[in-house]
Amino acid sequence: MKNKIIGNAAVVVSGLATLLIIAVLVYMLTEIIINGRNYLTWEFLTQSPTEGMTAGGIFPAIVGTVLLVLIMSILGVPIGTITALYLSEYAKKNSVFTKLTRFAVNTLAGVPSIVFGLFGLGFFVQFIGGGMDKVFSAPDQVVWAQPSILWASATMAFLTIPVVIVSVEEALRSVPQDYRAAGLALGATKWQTIRKVVLPNSISGILTGTILAIGRGAGEVAPILFTGAAYFLPHLPKKLSDQFMNLGYHIYIMATQSTDVEATKGIQYATVAILLLVTFTLNFAAVTIRFRIRKKRIT
Amino acid sequence: MDNKDNNKESNGRNSRRKKFYLSEFLAEYIIKSVSFISFAIIILIFIFVFREAIPVFFQQSKTSSSEEFLQSETYGEEESTTESATNSPEQKTENSHNLETSGAGGEATISNLTGDEWQPVSSEPKYGLLPLFVGSFNVTIVSIIIAAPLAILAAIFSTFFAPRKLKEVIKPVIELLAGFPSVVVGFFALMTIASLCQQLFGYTYRLNAFIGGLALSLAVIPIIYTVTEDALSAIPKYFTEASYALGATKWQTAFKVVVPAATPGIFAALLLGVGRAFGETMIVLMATGNAAQMTFNIFNPVRTMSATIGAEMAEVVFGDVHYGVLFLIGALLFIFTFTLNAIAEFYVRNKLMKKFGGD
Repeated sequence: MKNKIIGNAAVVVSGLATLLIIAVLVYMLTEIIINGRNYLTWEFLTQSPTEGMTAGGIFPAIVGTVLLVLIMSILGVPIGTITALYLSEYAKKNSVFTKLTRFAVNTLAGVPSIVFGLFGLGFFVQFIGGGMDKVFSAPDQVVWAQPSILWASATMAFLTIPVVIVSVEEALRSVPQDYRAAGLALGATKWQTIRKVVLPNSISGILTGTILAIGRGAGEVAPILFTGAAYFLPHLPKKLSDQFMNLGYHIYIMATQSTDVEATKGIQYATVAILLLVTFTLNFAAVTIRFRIRKKRIT
Repeated sequence: MDNKDNNKESNGRNSRRKKFYLSEFLAEYIIKSVSFISFAIIILIFIFVFREAIPVFFQQSKTSSSEEFLQSETYGEEESTTESATNSPEQKTENSHNLETSGAGGEATISNLTGDEWQPVSSEPKYGLLPLFVGSFNVTIVSIIIAAPLAILAAIFSTFFAPRKLKEVIKPVIELLAGFPSVVVGFFALMTIASLCQQLFGYTYRLNAFIGGLALSLAVIPIIYTVTEDALSAIPKYFTEASYALGATKWQTAFKVVVPAATPGIFAALLLGVGRAFGETMIVLMATGNAAQMTFNIFNPVRTMSATIGAEMAEVVFGDVHYGVLFLIGALLFIFTFTLNAIAEFYVRNKLMKKFGGD
């Protein structure tokens, strides 16, 4: 009898904890949608902010975010994929190098994003950018040694490499050993087997990794605070050395440093809704693809 | 003869293969060197964050130059404090305090760094890191106290008690929470939770360490949940089966067999949660009120280490003492989270390996 009561209590308490988490999530979503829904129009998506950011749309911020994640993917996804390839196909399980790489990947995933921001400023903007200016630019002309979309994307690429590695590695491991054995048995070398058999069978995993990385990159603000994001720009970025506007940064600025927070409340909630829509769609797509991979592995 | 020919042929094949091995060799080594990048990034972060931080300890006070950019910096400070009108009385008292105790300012000496005042933009700059550390500490503790029980209980629920169908809902939903950008959580805390909690509890400052911790817990819950869930489901089936065979009920098995066996994993989950909470920037930047003060009252506004970097880095002059101190804070954050991750990883691996043999 006593056991039964405790047993029921255990279920109820842990169930309530779960329910509370889900309830908060639902509350957040409804609150954001209710407050922002009146501003979610086509014009909002396609116009620039006007009247000192108190009216108009968020078009430049959307473009800036898209460009950021695009350049980030080009820089980061190949590195992540190849590292995953090494860890899954070549790495000897107990070699020092393998352990070191794994440790580095785990550590990298835990480094605070603001530290990546500092690193981007110290390494990309000042060291690499400064070096490039010395070589390529006219004396006393600063082209690269300043915050720009290229440096922000590079910083973000470093931040998202672990995300890519983890999901690509999972996909590679889900390719059955038989496939590799069959490839090798037909006389193909290891690299040929990987290129022609293993990689084509894990394309969806690479896609998942890319999508997850993009979802993460679209939402992070701390790394780009001082590596390239701008408060307001009249033009869209045209060169890699231009600064850019960003959805997340836009939200931060509007919520904390706007002259009239109340008046722009609707715009802010609408911007948040758009950012959430983007990250959720991406995450949902990734989860769906991953689910299909896992299903394939079981059957 | 035939045999010899065969041998020759196979030799030929071998040599042909050897040629092929060159591309194999190249492929492997290119892949290997690219995978070295992750490790290289860690090293680079170390080097470049510390490189900017180290001059702090050797710098002499450059009074003439620091006077020049005082103007622009004050502007920056104003900008970052507008978000909380609440800290202005605090600032005033701090200022008057500062006038009385005008000691050795400007330089970032050890005594200055360990002081209990953070005033980087006054005529006698003070770089006491203590209030920032205390701010981070308060916020982290609050967030873990809220997040840990909820997340661990939720993990236990979804591993043991939830029907399969429900489990397939809970996991993606919490993963969805993990996908919330931190700026959105911060925004929500600033706009909604802060006012709500003030009405509920009736404290003076709208933005404070408690709000920051509460909002942070939303970011920490998914981490603790996921790692705990992994740890719980990694316990071998024969543990639970043995327990059932001995006549134990489901909750007895859960709380007396599986949870104790998974303790290292849960501990690691907590460590990772602390690491995330300590380093998280946008949420605390928006929700804690950003007043650098020594306080252990969680209903007072605080300023965390990460938020300080986020708020002030954009306004400092490159190479300045203040700039170096901000990098020093970043270096401390990095060391702290690095240590936590290392402990989590090695502790868990060793413990679990010993417990279940192999991996």
